[in-house]
Amino acid sequence: MTEMRRVTAICNGTVVDHIPAGKALQVMQMLRVDIGRSNPISLVMNVPSGKVGRKDVLKIEDRELTQEELDRLALIAPKASVAIIRNYSVAEKRQIELGTELVNIARCSFWNCITQNFREPLPHKLRVVSAEPLDLRCSYCGRSQSIDDLAESIL
Amino acid sequence: MSDLITMDNLSNDEILEILDAAERLLPVAMGDVYAPLLQGKVLGNLFFENSTRTRMSFESAMKRLGGEVVNLSSVGSSVAKGETLYDTMQMVDGYSDIAVIRHPRQGAAQYSANAIDIPVLNAGDGAGNHPTQTMLDLFTIRQAHSTLEGLNVVLVGDLRYGRTTHSLSHALVRFGAKLTLVSPDSLRMPAEIVSDLQSHGAEVVESEDLAGSISEADVIYMTRIQKERFPDEDEYAKVAGIYKMTADDLVGAKGGMIVMHPLPRVDEVDPSVDSTKHARYFQQAFNGVPTRMALLCRSLGVEVPKEVGE
Repeated sequence: MTEMRRVTAICNGTVVDHIPAGKALQVMQMLRVDIGRSNPISLVMNVPSGKVGRKDVLKIEDRELTQEELDRLALIAPKASVAIIRNYSVAEKRQIELGTELVNIARCSFWNCITQNFREPLPHKLRVVSAEPLDLRCSYCGRSQSIDDLAESIL
Repeated sequence: MSDLITMDNLSNDEILEILDAAERLLPVAMGDVYAPLLQGKVLGNLFFENSTRTRMSFESAMKRLGGEVVNLSSVGSSVAKGETLYDTMQMVDGYSDIAVIRHPRQGAAQYSANAIDIPVLNAGDGAGNHPTQTMLDLFTIRQAHSTLEGLNVVLVGDLRYGRTTHSLSHALVRFGAKLTLVSPDSLRMPAEIVSDLQSHGAEVVESEDLAGSISEADVIYMTRIQKERFPDEDEYAKVAGIYKMTADDLVGAKGGMIVMHPLPRVDEVDPSVDSTKHARYFQQAFNGVPTRMALLCRSLGVEVPKEVGE
């Protein structure tokens, strides 16, 4: 049985697939997509997936996400697969990499951290202590970060 | 650059080397020998929060070694006008060779170290770390027991908010200490710290009973229940004065057992303890000087000679 395509193929741009179900809006936030002024975006949420049960998919037309932008997604969608589309075919596949430190991706969520002063100019840094399970600590104050709190502190 | 922000910056061997250097510097700290190892060097002493012992002992340590000290406190400086820590540190970078910082915000010491080139020593950042206190505590313990290995240490009082006990307990388990944590239920050591200590293979016992912990102890480390940390007075009143050690309580203690306290004390260690052979808290406060001397030398890359003063 063939399933009807929910979203049509895009000509040029980026497809982010296998986003954990329900997280696509957060992904857009993390990619700093300005919803009011962006290129056309197609979004499907909670669709069945053989690989992960249910998933979200995001298609951004006429914009190729850079590796730096993609690595921001490691916080909430570390297993997402990314394809760069050119002329309706997959030109490149990219992996999301967590790395050892996240720089200027999110602000430490601890209320008494020195970085809570918005005027302090040094970059926000979170150290990756463990990737699985994800354990991130502020490089300055050392506090462990809850991923839900971090989603609220995306820069 | 040789910063000291948390005890994680030091290996066990480095800790012991620093304690050895501090021991060699004792006669200098006492004023018996003059050893101008840090002549021509300037320490920037930055206290954005109150301090008595830490600030004075750093100043004494620097001056006894022939160095100079410039001070900054948040009152009366540009900090009160809203200057960022980053900007303040740029000034300090120019005015001194090494900086000591105490700040109410956690992470301020690491932030400062990232902001400037000269070495930074953390003298307390919020409820975070206070590694120079831990070093002088270790110095005091080793002075009394000639070793840091395998001691039975009882930590008493506010184990929830006290940065001193957090840092010290981490350091002690690296040397195989057995820890007994004595506190009222509301001030227990945070669960993540306890499990961290246990994951290092440490034997950790939690208790509310001080009297029952005294006879087996090599070290009893008392702390003040910090009124300023409580959200309301009623909660404080429930636990205020819960532990009051008197000389009579120490009758069954081991002969070599020492009583320590980071000070200031309120009523948790009765003055009757002062005259017992166990009291070590004033010595502990003095030990801040040789220990901080050794730390200043290390961060400034100055070797402490085997025979100081010769």
